[in-house]
Amino acid sequence: MFSILRTIWDVFLHAFAKRVTIQYPEQKAYLAARYRGRIILSRDPDGGERCVACYLCAAACPVDCIALQATEDPNGRRYPEWFRINFSRCIFCGLCEDACPTYAIQLTPDTEMSEYRRQDMVYEKENLLIDGVGKYPGYNFWRVAGVNIGGKDKGESEREAPPVDLHSLLP
Amino acid sequence: MLESPYPLWSLLGILFFALNIAAGLIWLERRLLGLWQDRYGPNRVGPFGLLQVVADMVKIFTKEDWIPPFADKWVFIGAPAIVVATVLMGFVVVPVTSGIVIADLNIGLLFFLAMSSLGVYSVVLGGWASNNKYALLGGMRAAAQMLSYEVFMGLAVMGTVLMAGTFSLGGIVQAQARTIWYVIPQFLGFVLFVIAGIAETRRLPFDLPEAESELVAGFHSEYSGMKFGMFFVGEYIGLVLISSMITVLFLGGWLGPWLPALVWFLIKVFGCIAFFILLRASLPRPRFDQLMTWGWKIMLPLALANLLVTGAIVVAVR
Repeated sequence: MFSILRTIWDVFLHAFAKRVTIQYPEQKAYLAARYRGRIILSRDPDGGERCVACYLCAAACPVDCIALQATEDPNGRRYPEWFRINFSRCIFCGLCEDACPTYAIQLTPDTEMSEYRRQDMVYEKENLLIDGVGKYPGYNFWRVAGVNIGGKDKGESEREAPPVDLHSLLP
Repeated sequence: MLESPYPLWSLLGILFFALNIAAGLIWLERRLLGLWQDRYGPNRVGPFGLLQVVADMVKIFTKEDWIPPFADKWVFIGAPAIVVATVLMGFVVVPVTSGIVIADLNIGLLFFLAMSSLGVYSVVLGGWASNNKYALLGGMRAAAQMLSYEVFMGLAVMGTVLMAGTFSLGGIVQAQARTIWYVIPQFLGFVLFVIAGIAETRRLPFDLPEAESELVAGFHSEYSGMKFGMFFVGEYIGLVLISSMITVLFLGGWLGPWLPALVWFLIKVFGCIAFFILLRASLPRPRFDQLMTWGWKIMLPLALANLLVTGAIVVAVR
């Protein structure tokens, strides 16, 4: 009996408590930098595309919303000829970001992507590629990768020893 | 007994206000529940979300009005009308002020009890005509609950009748003007009447006939569109009616200093309504056998004891 009255009183006191609602369009909730929202493709610090078109994101994607076509530039540097994400299918799981070996594909804390037409939810490469480095400022895949691309031979990458001359090891 | 100088205007005014307050209660209830649950409730449509009522009305009128093929068609259609009709009939005897009353019958209180008893037909017939197990269970619960709680509801107000010496509601208020609001000498009767009143309007915590968590929606599981809406309007007008009865019987009706009589009546009624909504926000639903046990083994003996003691005191004083 007493507990019933006490419950009523306690609930009544909530009339003077602060309200937890965030009035969304006017007030926005804080979204952390690692929030999983709209997907972007980032660039190197020196402006080149990070994506090497390895297809790992497309393979990791559980809903198959990522499609791309690999190609090479004259220097032998791989990049996607086109890159397409269908955001009407995307579940924002972040597995593509986990799979990416070059930090190219990243999820951003932007969730406001409503459209009236479904086709508008399909983002092409020019919609995805940003002019920034995203969450990994200093990273440049081609500068640490030990592959030969135009102007940078094997052994000239950062923290990479020159290739061993196999013939010099002969007895 | 009171005589209104403008009975027709009283009738139209009470009808208009009862229906509009019932509609407004949809908004008020959601806002107050929001307040007590640390959120806002509807606050987007119009100022303070007031036009939410209009939006809800438009929605419910344009919904598909479906009658299940297995239902008893005519009873199914008629049932929602009964609750609204009986509750509106109950307003006939409510004296809003000494000038605003439709018909202050000399058996006004009995008339109110009769009308609120008839309201149970709506629920039982609705549940039965739906031809659905959940609905039937809800209807049966409603019948049992309202029978049990009506018994001591009638007995709980007999204390006020004994003290006032009349069944006329206007007479009861005038008797309170001569002595004191009956909530003080009849506090036990007041508590019992409030509890019975909540059970009578089938609102939380006594909403066992509709009990969403067990019976889907109880007696109105099969109802849609405006037929469902009628049950809701009936429930909300019933809430206004019970609040008015509490005000008239125990809180001195339109009596009060400084402010006009009508304002006092509305303040008291809305206070009661807000209290009912607070109960909804705070209390869980009892089990059905607990409800029955409470009604018959605790409330009824208490009401009888209250009646006995009041009667003894009234006789002794006289």
